[in-house]
Amino acid sequence: MLDAQEGYITEDGRKIGGVVMEMKNITLRFGGVVAIKDISFDIREGEIRAIIGPNGAGKSSMLNVISGFYNPQEGEVWYKGKKRPQMKPYQVARQGIARTFQNIALFEGMTVLDNVMTGRIRQMNAGLFAQAIWKGKAEREETQNREIVEKIIDFLEIQHIRKTPVGRLPYGLKKRVELARALAAEPSILLLDEPMAGMNVEEKEDMSRFVLDVNDEFGTTIVLIEHDMGVVMDLSDRVVVMDYGKKIGDGTPSEVRNNQEVIDAYLGVAHD
Amino acid sequence: MPDQLIWGMEVFLNGLMAGVLYALVALGFVLIFKASGIFNYAQGVMALFAALTLVGIMEGQVPFAHLINAIFGTEVHHFGWHVPALAAILLTMVVMVALAWVVNRFIFRHLVNQEPIILFMATIGLAYFLEGFGDIMWGADIKKLDVGLPQGINLVIDEITYGIFDYGFFIDNLDLVATGVAAALVIALVIFAQYTKQGRAMRAVADDHQAALSVGISLSFIWVMVWSLAGFVALVAGIMWGTKSGVQFSLSLIALKALPVLMLGGFTSIPGAIVGGLLIGVGEKIFEFAIGAPYLGGATEIWFAYVLALIFLVFRPQGLFGEKIIERV
Repeated sequence: MLDAQEGYITEDGRKIGGVVMEMKNITLRFGGVVAIKDISFDIREGEIRAIIGPNGAGKSSMLNVISGFYNPQEGEVWYKGKKRPQMKPYQVARQGIARTFQNIALFEGMTVLDNVMTGRIRQMNAGLFAQAIWKGKAEREETQNREIVEKIIDFLEIQHIRKTPVGRLPYGLKKRVELARALAAEPSILLLDEPMAGMNVEEKEDMSRFVLDVNDEFGTTIVLIEHDMGVVMDLSDRVVVMDYGKKIGDGTPSEVRNNQEVIDAYLGVAHD
Repeated sequence: MPDQLIWGMEVFLNGLMAGVLYALVALGFVLIFKASGIFNYAQGVMALFAALTLVGIMEGQVPFAHLINAIFGTEVHHFGWHVPALAAILLTMVVMVALAWVVNRFIFRHLVNQEPIILFMATIGLAYFLEGFGDIMWGADIKKLDVGLPQGINLVIDEITYGIFDYGFFIDNLDLVATGVAAALVIALVIFAQYTKQGRAMRAVADDHQAALSVGISLSFIWVMVWSLAGFVALVAGIMWGTKSGVQFSLSLIALKALPVLMLGGFTSIPGAIVGGLLIGVGEKIFEFAIGAPYLGGATEIWFAYVLALIFLVFRPQGLFGEKIIERV
């Protein structure tokens, strides 16, 4: 068992910090359907934490609990050492938890730049009038926000489409813009819901590289959901495995890979 | 220069002025439609309600006076004070913001994710409720509204045109003020939408609710803000129309004129509302002057706008400035 305060050293030799978020005995029901059943795990500063499992295992539900889109009936979410009260999604976002969506949720009518700028809404505090006449605090803020946004746009290699309305972009690029917008918030936890879904091999490689680079460059804590086992094992430091709403495994990729229950869930068990 | 042409020019200018007033109402529609996808049928009634409230506050009317008197057998009608125009306008704005909050809290919050037609029906209900509510609150009599805006013929324009054409144009001062106000309003709204955080958040909410939530935008805050803005535009339109033709219940019918304006300009475009308003204002006046009055027996202003809108619906359904509807197959 890992200590809550002290970190650990990953398989590839990176130093991971203490617990930043902890899920305690989370249960989520939709009417009679139990989507998540009594699941507990923690997320540590600077790590890439994956949640995997077969279809319908409750992975996305878990991400929605973390980001406040769903409120669990039982259990507690602890964030930065404090129990989090029931919150609306926008309040969770303002606490520094950014996310992307499985089916991409971008502002289709706005340009890439505007989309990424919306990620900075949390960091804009100047008065309405100051913003309108572009003076004082508003001017400084906007300049500073633009700098950060441009840096992220460069980082994710989407400079060439800065002024393009998002609606016109191909799928793979949209996914990247969504990542850029989430990053622009300088989140303390970044939630990625199937960032590689529907991508071809090349796009998957690109996206994997970006996820690793983001974690490396900005030290961002990342929680990601993924179907592709190969990708997950390469990317993540620790993995939670879910099946039918229950947690059936938790540990480093190599630990999880050798877990009999996980193997059963993925490959199926012979019933005789 | 032939008289016909000179008169035509005067008609054209007056058409522009009338168009500004149509555009003011259309603007309120566009704001709410852009930010929430709701076609607010009640926009015209909101203008009426705003004007009623403004007069009521200025004249020191007791709200619900008739109701109170009927129940308690009292005879109260006026507080006996007069509120200066500017203070009354500010107080009316407070009422409009409160209305925005109530509308969201008790109607639209419960209709999130519903079909547009259901939201539209809700605004029809709101329109009738507000009309009746305004009636009970401030009385149904026609009221004079005077917030100190200049009215009557503009002598400068009269003199200049007389010098050039030997014929002085009649342009109402109030129309000139309305034009100035509308221009200022549009510039302010565009700056707000494009360059402020709240404006960006408004556009974000209009585009995608989930995405907006995920970057930390509160939907209910933005909705109340947008309805307040629409209330503000309604107040401005109410002041202009109320000053021009008195505050009366037919004011709510100008909302119907805003429909063809929107079909021309596009439901999602602020500049479109302005251009659409001007086109209809000028179009109906010129048509009446050149064709309607001499050949069709007049009164074409009543239907001209709707016929124009019909033609647009057939050939360019998204309007002049609206987003083109692209259906991917």
